[in-house]
Amino acid sequence: MSDKPLLKKADFQSDQAIRWCPGCGDYAILAQTQKTFPEITEHKENTVFISGIGCSSRFPYYMNTYGFHTIHGRAPTIACGLKMANPDLSVWLVTGDGDGLSIGGNHMIHLLRRNFDINIMLFNNRIYGLTKGQYSPTSEQGKVTYSTPMGSLDYPFKPTKLALGSEASFVAKTIDKELKHLQAMIKRANDHKGTSFIEIYQNCNIFNDGAFARLTDRDTKEEQLIRLEHGQPLIFGVEKDKGIYLDGTTPKVVKIGKDYSIDDIVVHDEEDRFIGDMLANFTESKEFPEAVGVLYCKERPTYDSLMSAQMEESQKGSKSSKGLDELLNAGDTWEVK
Amino acid sequence: MSKKVKLETVDNVTIRFAGDSGDGMQLSGGRFTQTSAIMGNDLSTLPDFPAEIRAPAGSLAGVSSFQIHFSSQEIHTPGESPDVLVAMNPAALKVHLKDLIPGGTLIVNKNAFTTKNLKLAGYESDPTEDGSLEDYYSAHFIEMSKLVTRASEGIDLSPKLIDRTKNLCALGVLFWIYDRPLEPTIDWLNKKFKSKPDIIDANVKALHAGYNYGDTAEIFTTKYIVNKAKLPAGKYRNINGTLATCLGLLTAVEKSKLSLTFAGYPITPASNILHTLANWKRFGVKTYQAEDEMAGIGAALGASYGGSLGVTASSGPGIALKGEFLGLAVITELPLVVINVQRGGPSTGLPTKTEQSDLFQAVYGRNGEAPMPVIAASTPGDCYYTAYEACKMAVKYMTPVMMLSDGYLANGSEPWIIPNPDDLGDFDVEFVKENLTDEKYLPYKRNEKTLARGWAIPGTKGLEHRIGGIEKQDVTGDVNYDSDNHEKMVQIRAQKVANIANELPPTEVFGEKKGDLLILSWGSTHGTCKSATESLLSENLKVAHVSIRWISPLPNDLKDILSNYKKVLMPEINTGQFRQMIRAEFLVDAIGLNEVQGKPLGASTIVAKAKEIINER
Ligand SMILES: Cc1ncc(C[n+]2csc(CCOP(=O)(O)OP(=O)(O)O)c2C)c(N)n1
Ligand code: SF4
Ligand SMILES: [Mg+2]
Repeated sequence: MSDKPLLKKADFQSDQAIRWCPGCGDYAILAQTQKTFPEITEHKENTVFISGIGCSSRFPYYMNTYGFHTIHGRAPTIACGLKMANPDLSVWLVTGDGDGLSIGGNHMIHLLRRNFDINIMLFNNRIYGLTKGQYSPTSEQGKVTYSTPMGSLDYPFKPTKLALGSEASFVAKTIDKELKHLQAMIKRANDHKGTSFIEIYQNCNIFNDGAFARLTDRDTKEEQLIRLEHGQPLIFGVEKDKGIYLDGTTPKVVKIGKDYSIDDIVVHDEEDRFIGDMLANFTESKEFPEAVGVLYCKERPTYDSLMSAQMEESQKGSKSSKGLDELLNAGDTWEVK
Repeated sequence: MSKKVKLETVDNVTIRFAGDSGDGMQLSGGRFTQTSAIMGNDLSTLPDFPAEIRAPAGSLAGVSSFQIHFSSQEIHTPGESPDVLVAMNPAALKVHLKDLIPGGTLIVNKNAFTTKNLKLAGYESDPTEDGSLEDYYSAHFIEMSKLVTRASEGIDLSPKLIDRTKNLCALGVLFWIYDRPLEPTIDWLNKKFKSKPDIIDANVKALHAGYNYGDTAEIFTTKYIVNKAKLPAGKYRNINGTLATCLGLLTAVEKSKLSLTFAGYPITPASNILHTLANWKRFGVKTYQAEDEMAGIGAALGASYGGSLGVTASSGPGIALKGEFLGLAVITELPLVVINVQRGGPSTGLPTKTEQSDLFQAVYGRNGEAPMPVIAASTPGDCYYTAYEACKMAVKYMTPVMMLSDGYLANGSEPWIIPNPDDLGDFDVEFVKENLTDEKYLPYKRNEKTLARGWAIPGTKGLEHRIGGIEKQDVTGDVNYDSDNHEKMVQIRAQKVANIANELPPTEVFGEKKGDLLILSWGSTHGTCKSATESLLSENLKVAHVSIRWISPLPNDLKDILSNYKKVLMPEINTGQFRQMIRAEFLVDAIGLNEVQGKPLGASTIVAKAKEIINER
């Protein structure tokens, strides 16, 4: 690819009127995606956005690429079929916390373990937006919504933990308001061969406003966020004076200075599952900062490449032009005159 | 040969092999079928398995059977009451004896009539000892286990393995009675157990032991000859519905130069389609065992979206799960073939038995106005043409198509003229070509004749567009909630399906072109209805039979055909689903003949009902 992108942001903007609520975090995610795509492809005709149902799942209508707005929870199935039919396409899956983790949870885990070369953007607003505000599988326990007037009883998922438990080969987390970071994660997902899972914290200003305020407020966020960088120590804080220390296998937040030096701090290794699991566990914890960036990334053969290899292998030395005839005439045959 | 053997020629024989699931009755039946096919008989078969994989040995629940009807004439059904029953244990005798014709031949493995087995089958006294059978049947109690043990003396196999060859002993006895050669079976054994010479040896010896028993035992005095049938000329093979379906799919993609992507989730009796296609990778067939039924149809639809021909198969419960996706395929107007190998329902129902009770599900089982073509196969071999046609219409009209088969068609078999794919006409497919102009691509612009929209696949320059389950504006395909547009789209989608009827050939009427009674069937009751009609015609009754292939849309000429008969009889293996459709569509007072017993209808029942109706006047 040449240094200067051939396509512009405008090339990825469709002519459809956008119907999200003013102020919705979805706008920022859409804008960053449209902005990033000229840097990752010269062929928008090879890009396909596939979604389920939800506010977030309207996304494909606004991207001027190929797009398929499917049914609730089932986008992964369509994406897998498409990838089997044409492995050369760049397939992006947009889903929500309800779409991808509740009704579509089964498809999600199986997509991750199969490792098709598909990029997942899961917009987590910790609520059902489109159906007007019921709690979701990522809502905090005790959440009061229309369907849970006395508070929800469900214990929530940590999506990155679920992804790792499903043997995902790429797991990242970012936030709608972190524009540059969001762009970087989209690029990383694009570069990864295999299923890339990006959880994006997204503010639903209508039904769950401020769900991620502590991570987005200028005043608090640097104390609450740890920005992951491969090969760099896990430090955070406005002064970059706090870090993650391992006491045996137990992580602890420590202050760098008197008792601990920078050398005592865990160095992030994207290929280390132990670190990935630990960082995923920091989700919504009172004790630890929230980890954003690539939690885990380790390539393994993709389903689509394994399938292509099997297809090639089976065709070796076969005279496929006679194929159908051979099958039609297989077994015992006889003539009636 | 020391004893005197009489030769007698007969036209039609029905044999039922019955035994414990582990007794190898499907194998005996299969080999008898293959040999009879090679001898040029017409035939039709019906395997019947228990639902449990390993029901307790000797129990009534564990009985498995295989029926073959073979003849020197053209036949259309696997037969009703067998002329011969092979019962390998007391349970098999208990379950099947009631079907054997009075005076029929009963062949029993005497050694399996142990106290334990008799008790399992609920016999108080041993029917092979108490004289209860000999008065009614020509009963032969053969010590098959003993025969095979003696025959295999010196072969280094466990007694258990040797005992398992008794199914070939039974087969040998029948080959003697019906004067059939042993060679095809021996050749087959040699191929099947290539690397296990001891197994081949024991099985071949068991086969001979049975045959020689027939030859020497004084009780067998007659050999029956069933001559070659006068079948239409051609090259034949024996085929079951599953294989025919798969070959039909493969023919469709070979002719259209599309690729085939099959995605499904295991379910009886549809799984064998997945198993068969999984072996055809060398022909470019991609198969995918999905995580559930929805993922199966989703992946098939995704593949179609990408320009491959997506196919999925299941049975009733799985089709229920696929329902929402069918609606998506209808509104996005993508080609998709969905095969329902029907079984007994509701819910898990009778998983290994046949039924025609998913017709409403196929025609109506979706939310919204979601019309979808439905085609039904009529015989095992017809599954080939049905699958092919389903693919062709799916692509030509850009629509999901449901193909209905059933357990009987999938597992049953018949001799089949090997088709020449060139005779099937053209199957050309054109994707929308790339668009290098600045003009916006219009995904819902249609072919004027068929009303199909274009197949514009991702990867094509200039056709970037969005589709989905929300109502689309006519022509542009933009999201649109306008009421007039919605109604228009509902009508277009319905008209598109209806247009298929315009290219269907005239409906075939078998029998009188005008008369007292029309027997109207769909799907696998075809053979029984045809046999019944033949028999009624031979008595000079003014009847005819019509078998419906396309259930949605119905053929344009059906209305006129119906008006040519005073009465219409509709036999179905359900409580009258097609009859309701026909009554609603044509306002005819069709009469039902309905049985829901998990098995094919019998021709004699239809004949009796037809006569009753004709004589009523
Ligand atoms: C089969 C089915 N069940 C229920 C719905 C209703 N429904 C639409 S979106 C949605 C939840 C969406 O939540 P989420 O995935 O979190 O998306 P968000 O709107 O929050 O972006 C539900 C329950 C549906 N469209 N289809
Ligand atoms: S309901 Fe919430 S998620 Fe949906 S568009 Fe409005 S703000 Fe965004
Ligand atoms: Mg949500």
